[in-house]
Amino acid sequence: MEIMQVVLIAVAVLALIALICGVMLTVASKFMAVEEDERFPQVRECLPGANCGACGFAGCDGYAAALVEDPDLSITLCVPGGTGAAQQLGQVLGREGGDVARMVAEVRCGGTCAATSAKMDYEGIESCTAAKLVFGGSGSCVYGCAGLGDCVQVCPEQAIYLVGGIARVEPELCTGCGLCAKTCPNDVIAIRPANAKVVVDCNSPQKGADVRKICTAGCIGCKLCERNCPTEAITVTDNLASVTYEKCVGCGKCVEVCPAGCIIGLNLATAAAGKEG
Amino acid sequence: MKEIIAIIMTAVLVNNYVLSQFLGICPFLGVSKKLDQATGMSIAVIFVMVLATAVTYPIQYFVLDQNGLGYLQTIVFILVIAALVQLVEIVLKKYIPALHASLGVYLPLITTNCAVLGVCISNVDSYLLPGAAFGLSFAHALFNAFGSGLGFLLAMVLFAGVRTRVERCNCPACFKGMPITLLSASILSVSFMGFAGLVENLLG
Repeated sequence: MEIMQVVLIAVAVLALIALICGVMLTVASKFMAVEEDERFPQVRECLPGANCGACGFAGCDGYAAALVEDPDLSITLCVPGGTGAAQQLGQVLGREGGDVARMVAEVRCGGTCAATSAKMDYEGIESCTAAKLVFGGSGSCVYGCAGLGDCVQVCPEQAIYLVGGIARVEPELCTGCGLCAKTCPNDVIAIRPANAKVVVDCNSPQKGADVRKICTAGCIGCKLCERNCPTEAITVTDNLASVTYEKCVGCGKCVEVCPAGCIIGLNLATAAAGKEG
Repeated sequence: MKEIIAIIMTAVLVNNYVLSQFLGICPFLGVSKKLDQATGMSIAVIFVMVLATAVTYPIQYFVLDQNGLGYLQTIVFILVIAALVQLVEIVLKKYIPALHASLGVYLPLITTNCAVLGVCISNVDSYLLPGAAFGLSFAHALFNAFGSGLGFLLAMVLFAGVRTRVERCNCPACFKGMPITLLSASILSVSFMGFAGLVENLLG
């Protein structure tokens, strides 16, 4: 029975070590348990999980953790989740729900193949970022849309498409997460309120004469829009018009007077609605 | 002092666990895509290697060898290391949340890492070497574990750098992904053969 004794000792030693480890782990997990806020998974559930960073935190987990910890933090920071997410957050956290202004991306360039031209044939990697490294891009305007679709690649909603050599946004699909605006090497894409009434589709701070030479759809900084606006909602700085969306009433005057046609009316009060942006 | 330097240099350069002994290849290939992840993982490995040696060395010496149960080494070590890593995770989560946030993801990955087990076994094996009475003392074993972890860090950091460059290169389609990664790893491994004999000639 010598052999049985050896086996028994081995089994006993192993079982003893396993038992000690098990007891240690059990005790440790009991005494050193970290109490996690049970609202965290619920809060996280309300957020869309796109991890886009539009709220200013590191992903949805970061925003959820900050919401649980800080009772004063606004619950309306999630742009892709919109009002729906804010209301759900309000229910979970027992706070007043708020309205989130729906935002969408806008490609601030009207430089289609018809309006502007290329200054060279680019045959490199099909990426705006790569193309920009070669003399600022292949288009004659270095501020406009390069039209190689870095934004199309990055868009999680497939809301951006290329047409006529430039990118366009489908506002119905866009959630306003801003990933495209961060990706665009020319900063052509801006995030605007979805209910904006007019938008300026140009990004060039060049002087009027220089813009005229290379693009027929660019803002020349003539200030006609600024002078004709009844509510001072449109201003020209650095030869480029920009709209203060809160002040705009949507009268459509600027759309009418713009000689370059770079101001696009979207939701105008009058019937003089311009072409769809 | 000279001995300790020799032990650490041997572990880092000559007997590098990843590049010379081919242990811990899974994290070496899996977590080396980004430099920050590679560093985080390696620091966690250093920590666990030292701790695991500190625990398994006495177990081998006082429990297994006293009862003639040396053959249970592998099973007992895996069991103890797994429990130890779990315990470390619980303790870190409770007392050092910042460290847990940065290393926490990697700790479960290390639970049954072959490099950790390899370090523990080679540490206790060397004191069983004939002629070398307790060849690696307990303190030396700890330094050996630390050096092995450093070697792992070195391999990971080097390879993360190589890999980010390889990934941007235009290599033939049949080599894309894992094949070119394995090829780069083999070249790195061959280059580490150049350190053979370094310690004996420098400090011997």
